[in-house]
Amino acid sequence: MTDSGAQETKPARRGVDRASVAIAASLAALALVLVIDAMRIQANVTYGMGPEAIPLVIAAGLGVLAIGNLVNALRGDYPEREDMDFRPVGLVLGGLAAMIAILDFGGGFIPAMTVLFAATATAFGRRAILTDLVIGLVIGTIIYVVFSRLLTLSLPMGPIERLL
Amino acid sequence: MDTFAALAHGMAVALQPMNLMFALIGVFLGTAVGVLPGIGPALTVALLLPVTYKLDPGGSLIMFAGIYYGGMYGGSTTAILINTPGESASMATALEGYKMARAGRGGPALATAAIGSFVAGTLATIGLAFVAPYLVDIAVKFGPEDYFALMVVAFVTVSATFGDSPVRGLTSLFIGLTLGLVGIDKLTGQPRLAFGVPELLDGVEVTTLAVGLFAVGEALYVVSRRHHTEEKIEAVRGSLWMTREDWKRSWKPWLRGFCFGFPIGALPAGGAEIPTFLSYSTERRLTKHPEDFGKGAIEGVAGPEAANNASAAGTLVPLLTLGLPTSATAAMMLAGFQQYGLNPGPLLFAERPDLVWGLIASLFIANMMLLVLNLPLVGLWVRLLAIPQAWLYAGILVFATMGTIAAKPSVVELTMLTGFGVLGFLMRRYDFPIAPVVVGLILGPIAESQLRRALSISLGDPMTLVQSPISATLLVIAFIALVAPFFLKNMGRFKATED
Repeated sequence: MTDSGAQETKPARRGVDRASVAIAASLAALALVLVIDAMRIQANVTYGMGPEAIPLVIAAGLGVLAIGNLVNALRGDYPEREDMDFRPVGLVLGGLAAMIAILDFGGGFIPAMTVLFAATATAFGRRAILTDLVIGLVIGTIIYVVFSRLLTLSLPMGPIERLL
Repeated sequence: MDTFAALAHGMAVALQPMNLMFALIGVFLGTAVGVLPGIGPALTVALLLPVTYKLDPGGSLIMFAGIYYGGMYGGSTTAILINTPGESASMATALEGYKMARAGRGGPALATAAIGSFVAGTLATIGLAFVAPYLVDIAVKFGPEDYFALMVVAFVTVSATFGDSPVRGLTSLFIGLTLGLVGIDKLTGQPRLAFGVPELLDGVEVTTLAVGLFAVGEALYVVSRRHHTEEKIEAVRGSLWMTREDWKRSWKPWLRGFCFGFPIGALPAGGAEIPTFLSYSTERRLTKHPEDFGKGAIEGVAGPEAANNASAAGTLVPLLTLGLPTSATAAMMLAGFQQYGLNPGPLLFAERPDLVWGLIASLFIANMMLLVLNLPLVGLWVRLLAIPQAWLYAGILVFATMGTIAAKPSVVELTMLTGFGVLGFLMRRYDFPIAPVVVGLILGPIAESQLRRALSISLGDPMTLVQSPISATLLVIAFIALVAPFFLKNMGRFKATED
């Protein structure tokens, strides 16, 4: 991203930026959520501000920023972007989801970390899934032993952890 | 209290064998993590927070001092050897440092960075020790409305003034402010933005947000553009030591770097990128060897690195005296305080002088350890740089998740971590700065409670905000800082790529 300073001096008119329009829409939606949530609050404050005041102020700010982002999007005023490879991103997110699922079903810390490690390594282009699973297992075990035994942090236990 | 007496007392705390060991572990871990490419000091502190969970506050803060300086030194090592500055403050270093490394002068570049950081860091810590008590005296006179105005200044300067685009910076800030609303309102007990999820009632954990945005977000971003990047590590060839000529060319930039770094870092405007780039351009102008610039001039490493470290110590001035974090790293330090229910500010100086002065004294010690530890260990750090990217990021994700599980073992928290990771990825992809989100989450609730306190004292009269001269002045400053970049399009065009 170091080079985008140079890009900015170029006239950046490449038509409407759809992503920026989506960002503006999300900000507006977030503002709406804030307003709805603030309307629900019932609190009696004799003097000064109640708990609903600041959310409304922030919602107003988000609304203004949604317009600001929309204007930038329509002017085509945004930095150039590289093309993206979304498959590995999905793979990393899948690894995170699998990790959460394993923990939720009581599979324990070490298997969860093993899967996360192997999924991420694969996403970064490694093709030795078995090796990466073993490395993940070793790293997970080391972290578990160091942190739960030496530093007495409580990490989730599953069948493997109970054996240690 | 007399500064010397207080500092001597702090030294006595910091020099206890256990605390010395904590500082050593902190410096070692901080450097080891900070040296990994893509991990800046803020993330280093966030990732290493769980290590300190079970320590007492004193020991943990001392370890933090070590992690803080170690992480920063690690960042400059990556900037010099693989041209990957972990944060914007190391960008100026990378300009000449990487060229020096390519010319086979990586050793002297690392040495001048380390010694310059030591010199400037020590001077800046002395500055911190002497300035802080005065600021504390002023800060105790601050009413809630003055605090609120001060937060507004910090909001504006962190997000709008020095960034690339005020609209993008403010968007990031408001996302952070929104996240700060989540949870139970402290004054009335009303839940806000919790949507009936019990885990959300406690609010958004700062570490979860920071680790999600910085670590998970960075991993997703790097993997999405894997085919674009190719990093090449420059081997450290030749002598590690600086020649007499190197020393002669370095010492003035070190001192000038301190003069830029400390005062600017101490302002509630924040950011180390301004002083580092100021230092870089000054050295470039003053050098007797202009032909070297662009090919690896040692002044271009010595100055910015000194400025970087001095401003890091400077950032601790508003953090410790006012509880005001002005950088993502300082925000993580504040999170470290908060895990013990400690709130930095004038009260902490009065109530826990042992903690505050112990921390300041540890900064001296950490700085010294950095010097004796890191020059001999350069070989080890270089080997850490050679870890394949796939394993590096897999390991980062494992460690990031571990921290979240250790802090709050729940599916909701891990889902939030993943969600913040996606947010961080999108913000990187669409060029929104990350630091304002973290600052907004931390400062938003504080600013709100100060404002509401001010208004309930004034019986709801908003004029109280402009009747206090301090508050009125600060609000005017904030307004100017907010409006100026829209008119001065060329101001502050230093790229702010933190993370």
